[in-house]
Amino acid sequence: MKFQRYINQHTNQITLITAILIGVGLLGKVVDSDMIYTVSFIAASIISAVPIVLRAVSALRFKTISIELLVSIAVIGAFIIGEYNESAIVTFLFLFGTFLEDKTLAKTRHSIKGLTEMAPTTAMIVDDDGNTEETDVDFVDVDDVVLVKAGGQIPVDGEIVDGSGHINEASITGESKLVTKGTGNQVFSGTILDNGTLKVRATKVGDDTTFGKIVELVEDAQDTKSPAEKFIDKFATYYTPAVLIIALIVGLVTKDFRLAITVLVLGCPGALVIGAPVSNVAGIGNGAKNGVLIKGGEVMNTFANVDTLVFDKTGTLTEGKTAVTQFKDYSRDQLALQIATAVEKQSDHPLAQAVVKFSGDHHIPFEDVQVADADTVKGRGVKATANGKNVLIGNLRMMNDENVDLTSEQRQDLENIQGEGSSTVIVAFDGQIQAILGISDVIRQGVKQSLATLKSLGIKKTVMLTGDNLQTANAVAEQIGIDEVHAELLPEQKVEYVKQFQQEGHKVAFVGDGINDSPSLVTANIGIAMGSGTDVAVETSDVVLMSSGFNELIHAYGLSKKTVINTKENIFIAIATVVALLIGLILGFIYMASGMFVHEASILVVIFNAMRLINYQPKAAKLDPDQLSVGEWDVSLKQ
Amino acid sequence: MSKAILQLDALSCPSCMQKIEGALEKQDGVENVKVLFNAAKVKTDFDGDKISADKLSDTVTDLGYEVQSMKVK
Repeated sequence: MKFQRYINQHTNQITLITAILIGVGLLGKVVDSDMIYTVSFIAASIISAVPIVLRAVSALRFKTISIELLVSIAVIGAFIIGEYNESAIVTFLFLFGTFLEDKTLAKTRHSIKGLTEMAPTTAMIVDDDGNTEETDVDFVDVDDVVLVKAGGQIPVDGEIVDGSGHINEASITGESKLVTKGTGNQVFSGTILDNGTLKVRATKVGDDTTFGKIVELVEDAQDTKSPAEKFIDKFATYYTPAVLIIALIVGLVTKDFRLAITVLVLGCPGALVIGAPVSNVAGIGNGAKNGVLIKGGEVMNTFANVDTLVFDKTGTLTEGKTAVTQFKDYSRDQLALQIATAVEKQSDHPLAQAVVKFSGDHHIPFEDVQVADADTVKGRGVKATANGKNVLIGNLRMMNDENVDLTSEQRQDLENIQGEGSSTVIVAFDGQIQAILGISDVIRQGVKQSLATLKSLGIKKTVMLTGDNLQTANAVAEQIGIDEVHAELLPEQKVEYVKQFQQEGHKVAFVGDGINDSPSLVTANIGIAMGSGTDVAVETSDVVLMSSGFNELIHAYGLSKKTVINTKENIFIAIATVVALLIGLILGFIYMASGMFVHEASILVVIFNAMRLINYQPKAAKLDPDQLSVGEWDVSLKQ
Repeated sequence: MSKAILQLDALSCPSCMQKIEGALEKQDGVENVKVLFNAAKVKTDFDGDKISADKLSDTVTDLGYEVQSMKVK
């Protein structure tokens, strides 16, 4: 066994020696020395056959008929009948081919390796006396406090108990913008503290952290086989012994030993076995690098066939955050907004927060407003006294209750705002309406264009399912140009719609934020979790989009299509090679060494073909002015 | 039942997987062997009373594969 390991470790040197010997042999031929020629090729054959035969034997011990076995028999056969040059060149090509395959395979695996190497290795544990000690990250327990310095990697998932700083969370969210975090905030293992100093209490360590789960998912994904791969694996287990038997029959029937051993070399299933897996590895690696986690070859395959995209509204099409999108000021002096902000500042209602944020963004001063006796009226709004005025902030029902009338202009504005699907907040004092604010869910940047791009890539139908009211749903749908809308749904009803589309013969992908959509994510052919890589999302979905952007959705869909095509190309190349070799053999211009050369070349061709996937980027659909308008609409509100 | 994760040097031939899986599964006390070809990792459940983690690592090494590191939990 020691010998085998030694040989395994020195295969590259053996390949080099073989190459030199073959060179010397050819030189011998040039100077017309049969001695040099024969001795060199015999030596090259024997030396290079050693690692191949060893591998063949060790596989045979586990009842596996390997490619090495076919090559070994052929080479030994050629050697016996005195074809030293053939045996030397075949073994050399096989070894050299394997060497190149290792190098190129490593390239296809590079992205994923890069990900696992980003995992933290050490941590500074702080003990009760405040002393720090550096240990291996595996020895950190939950509830330990670790110290992270500027430039350092956060080694655990946890909560900041002391300090603050800017964190690069690209390894979790794919977003390299720095995030400011301080005491009480959650931080993730694998993210990097750009500046500042933190003490973090560990809530999850090691493989339980979000980053650990992502790494595990990606590692498992590249070995989760597509149906094509499973078929080829099965095929290969019968194919290789079958080649052995066919060669035996050919030998017995034709009594041509050379032909029989040639069949052994030509029959090697090289490119076929490696072709499909290498495409998947490259594809999944590309995804991992671009914030798209695809769980394996089977998912890749199914996703490529999806024609219907079903979206949950909140958190996917919209940001899930409310913002003021309309502001009608009838007092014209901004006093209404100042007073409203001062009053709403004390509330944590989402509508109130939207108002406060709006004022903050527009630098509205409200510090001087004196607020007294703010009372919440359930289902109506807030009553307060501010700057000595009786202030009402609430909905239309509140105004009616308090006998504050709207002018016809105001009534028209109110209807317009509601027609756009926004919630309304009315501000009144001195018995008069002072302002009306429209507040709605903010649509994500560039959704309309992204949906158009997805259509150009092959999606036939886009659907929005939401628990929100129909008016809001329609308003959002109109702005982003979605095909079908169903509103006021419970989670169970969303599942029913997904099932219905499937019964109509569609392949459905459901896109949700992964929190309350689990049933739909599981029911759909492909469940896509859009949102930071939360545990639930990682576990229940087939595809995880790390930074919840639409670009990643496009990337994932385009990538799976490209990967499936790439796999098919590779299978075609492999089969075409075998057919071409057989024809060449029958026509008599292919022999052992040339056959082996074509084989090794075809393996490299499929690997190179797969490597094209590593740098794949989807093309965006062309913009037209109409599509751009959605983006501008967003910007103008945010200012 | 304990769980062991072995990190190996890069694997290049799919038949390596069958070899490693076969050899480990034959050991008494070993269950659920999973070889991740691309990640070059072996994940397996084993009964600590019947077989030691070091024996697992030795089995793989004897087949001719270098074990870079091993985690047991």
